[in-house]
This record gives sequence, structure tokens and C-alpha cells, in this order.
Amino acid sequence: MTLSESISQKVNKHGKTRDALMPILQDIVREKHYISDQDMVEVARQLDLSAADIFGTTTFYSFLDTKPRGKYVIRICKTISCSMKGKNSILSTMEEILKIKLGETTADKKFSLLETNCIGWCHKAPAILINDTPYTELTPEKVTEILREYIKQR
Amino acid sequence: MKNIPVKRVDLIFEKIVCKEIFKKIISMDPERIIQSVIDSGLKGRGGAGFPTGLKWQFAANEKGDEKYIVCNADEGEPGTFKDRQILDEVPEKVFCGMAIASKAIGAKYGFIYLRGEYYFLVSKLEKKMDEFHLLMKEMGHDFRILLRLGSGAYICGEESALFESIEGKRGEPRNKPPYPTASGLFNKPTCINNVETLVYTVMILKYGASHFMHLGTKDSRGSKVFSVSGDTPKAGIYELELGMSVDEFVEEFGDGDTKAVQVGGAAGFCVPRKRFADTVIGFEGVPTGGSMKLFNSSRSMYNVMHNYLDFFAEESCGQCTPCRVGCQQLLKGIEAVKKGERSSKYLDELVKLATTMKLASKCGLGQSVGNAFSSIVENFKEEIIY
Ligand SMILES: Cc1cc2nc3c(=O)[nH]c(=O)nc-3n(C[C@H](O)[C@H](O)[C@H](O)COP(=O)(O)O)c2cc1C
Ligand code: SF4
Repeated sequence: MTLSESISQKVNKHGKTRDALMPILQDIVREKHYISDQDMVEVARQLDLSAADIFGTTTFYSFLDTKPRGKYVIRICKTISCSMKGKNSILSTMEEILKIKLGETTADKKFSLLETNCIGWCHKAPAILINDTPYTELTPEKVTEILREYIKQR
Repeated sequence: MKNIPVKRVDLIFEKIVCKEIFKKIISMDPERIIQSVIDSGLKGRGGAGFPTGLKWQFAANEKGDEKYIVCNADEGEPGTFKDRQILDEVPEKVFCGMAIASKAIGAKYGFIYLRGEYYFLVSKLEKKMDEFHLLMKEMGHDFRILLRLGSGAYICGEESALFESIEGKRGEPRNKPPYPTASGLFNKPTCINNVETLVYTVMILKYGASHFMHLGTKDSRGSKVFSVSGDTPKAGIYELELGMSVDEFVEEFGDGDTKAVQVGGAAGFCVPRKRFADTVIGFEGVPTGGSMKLFNSSRSMYNVMHNYLDFFAEESCGQCTPCRVGCQQLLKGIEAVKKGERSSKYLDELVKLATTMKLASKCGLGQSVGNAFSSIVENFKEEIIY
């Protein structure tokens, strides 16, 4: 499928009005883990909006990445409860296993490691999201095991 | 002042048959529905605490039949996680609350704005929404709910930013007035309520306004779902009667060494130990959207403050200068004091800045940064400096 076809599929599903924009952008991210410049230009063309407008909206939202990300985007919560309950040791464990630093993506494009603000699991801190799935009450051992499972998957 | 010891309540998570309640409500006049909610004394559970019945009345008084009900499920305030649990356990009660509101104000469409972090709830919610729509059809009530998702922006919990986001724009808060009840989503009269608020309206109509009104205090009627975290052996979600003091709360949830409680999240107030006894949790004292974070004496309040300011500096939408620049300067400021690059007197300047932000910022985000800042700096000055 060409980029234009892929986007028109989403436009058909959500509609051509401006309020369809967020669902369209969210679908793009879910599919390929980021929104490219070409995506933005094409969405603008199909919704009859300016590309600058689409760029403005996209870059406002931290989950609408405009940089290529891995197949699995890991977001570690850095807000106070998680930070009090050992977020740093979870982060360094993940950095060691994946051999990347915070903000980076593995060479095989499989994992990206990012920080995020409170994800609503403070009572089960520390917590991470891997794509849309939350993992909570983490320990270095537990997160190691979780990542090993993901590494096994293609 | 009447203080109420920690008392558990079971209204929000009580399993009920929504169909029965809705059957009763569908035949009621909108005025009577609204009056019950007014009589109950219910105030919004999303943080700002606006009287729910009044909000419904304002929206009902607006002309035209194009109006919207919006359920605010953005739940971004650090330390708040009760809406997630409500949507997970009793989604049908949330929908039912929206349907009641739609009957009260005369709306045909409702939106749920769910934070992107809770995407894992979507398939379940969609299934339950299908069942709900069948029920609406069966009852002959013309009302449909649509689900919209956030994408990781705390500011989109602010009502007008939330509308902008649903409309496909940057989540930048609008000027007020006009208020949402006059001009909200798609510039139509809109009634926006928190997830928990909507569920309470269901229970108020089920058990009667006086049942709810008799719980809590004059300024804080009823009960509330609290999200308890931090240094506590009992982290979790609890529905408690309003009106207890921080002291009583700490007695129940503390680890024996609590030195401060942050009530209301990063946007809320820090209550130090010496104030536990005379501070009521509620609209007459320290209000909260549910977030209760306990800190014991092993914690550095500098780190807490730094974490909050970092949060605000990132989440400020950047639209107005006092907030955009203020958040960054507060953060840089406490770092400079900590490093000794600035004298401790500089903290007074920073408190002044926080006060200016309260006065000059456009929305609740910039206006509330000073709450945590001033209450932590005033009570834990040494920890910020040394
Ligand atoms: C920065 C900011 C974030 C907010 N986040 C939320 C939120 O996540 N959930 C919520 O219900 N209200 C939030 N609010 C309050 C809403 O603007 C609004 O007052 C509320 O949804 C109204 O519902 P209620 O009257 O039932 O509380 C936020 C306000 C501000 C200023
Ligand atoms: S106060 Fe902050 S978040 Fe609110 S409009 Fe101004 S810059 Fe945006």
C-alpha cells in the first residue's frame, strides 16, 4: 500500500472534518510508531488543511512522535511516586538489557526507550508502558523478565 | 468544626442495574433531575469543584438542541488513578450518568475523552458502549456516546483544551468566558463532568439527594474516591466520606513516619505534619481531585518540588508567558539556590513569581503551580536550600 492509500484508508474510516484529525494521527502512530513529514503533508492534502496546521497539532502531543521509533515504544514514568519507588534502577536495568540510553532506539528498530509523565499507576509504582500495555510494581528482575519475553518475539 | 474520622463508603463501585435506574429517570422532568442534583450538594470531582446541579441547569437553560455531554477521563494529575478504576470496574455507571445528564440538559451526543495512557481500556469500553447503545434504543432515549483519545498531554484535562483536542487542534486552553455551558465543544453548549462526578449523579438519583447530602460536611457534601500513594503501606483506591482531617487520614494511611501529605497532586497543596490536625480535606480546607501522596521523613522535599516543577515546565502548553516562562524560571531558580549560586533570599523572589503566575496565567495549570511551590517552600525551606 502506498502512503497515500494508507492515509486515505484512515480518512475514510474517521472522516474528512478537522475533528477526525486526532484519530487519524493516532492510527498512523499505532501502525508505524511515528508520523513522518510526508504523512503530515498527505494528511493535510486529504483533509484540505495546511501542512503547518497538521504539524502544529502533531507536535503538541507527546505520544504523536515525529521521530522514527522502534516497534515497541517503552515509556517509563518519571513522576514522583515512580521516582520514589525505584524508577532509576528500572531505567538502568532496561538500558543495560537493550544497550541503549534513554531517548534512543535499538539498531534493529525494535525498541525505543522514553520517559513520560504520570501514567496513573502510582499505587503500583514503578510503572512503564510498552506501547499500550502497562506493567507495574516493577523490580529489576521483573522488568528483565518482561523484556526477555519481548526480545524473543519478532 | 465537625471532623469526620475516616469512614469508608461504597457508592461508586457498588454494582447496580443501570437499566432499572434509567427506567425511573427517563420518565422524570429534566427540572426534577437537576433539582435532585442541586439538592444533593454534589460538587465536581475533577478538581475545580463547581456545583454539578448548577452546571447542568446552565446547560439546560441554553437554547437549541445541539448540545454535548463530555466525560472528562483525561486523569493526568500526578497521583490520580481512580477514574481508571471506575471505568474499568463500572463503565456502565459512567455511561448511565452521561445519559442522565443528556436527559437533563437535552443533548443527543456525548463524548468520553480518555487519556492515551489508558488505551488498554478501549476494547472493553467499546463493547460496553455497544450494550449501552442497545439499552438506549430499548428505552427510546436518543443518545449516543463517542470515544475520543488523548495523546499524552496533561493540559488536555483542562476543559477548554480538551474541546480543542477533540476538535483536532493543539490542546491550548481558551479564554473564559464564554464558559462551556454557553459555548463548549464545537462552540455549542456543553456540560463537561469528571468520570466520578457522573457516577455520583446516578447514585444520587438512585438513593435520593438527602442520602448523599447527609454524608460529609456543609462545604463538602458526600464522599469521594481517593487515590492514595507514596509512603504508605496501603496504597490504592478508597472511597471515603468527606470531612476528615489530614491527621485522621494519616492515622489510617501513614507509615508511622509521615512528614507531609501532598493533597490534590502537583497542582495541589503540601500539608506539613504540624498542620495535619487543623487541615480538613475538602473544599473548606485543602481540595483534591483525589490525589493523596504521603511522604515520610526519608524523602527530600527538594526532590519532590523539583519533580513537580519539571512536570509543569513540560506540560505547560506554552500559550501564555507567565506560565511558560514562570515554570522554567521556578525550576532554574530552585536549582540555583540548591547549588548555592543564589542566596536563600532568592526563594522569596520565586514565591513572588509564583504568586504572579497565579494572577496572570490564563488557565488553571499556570494558576496552580504556586500552590505546591509556595506550600513546600514555606514549610520546608531548609530542605530546598541545603
Ligand atoms: C491543567 C488542568 C488539568 C485538568 N485535568 C482534569 C482531569 O484530568 N480530569 C478532570 O475531570 N478534570 C480536570 N481538570 C478540571 C476540568 O477543567 C473541569 O473543571 C472538570 O472536568 C469539570 O468536571 P467536574 O465539575 O465534574 O469536576 C483539569 C483542569 C486543569 C486546569
Ligand atoms: S497557564 Fe500555562 S497551560 Fe494554561 S494557557 Fe497559559 S501557558 Fe497554557
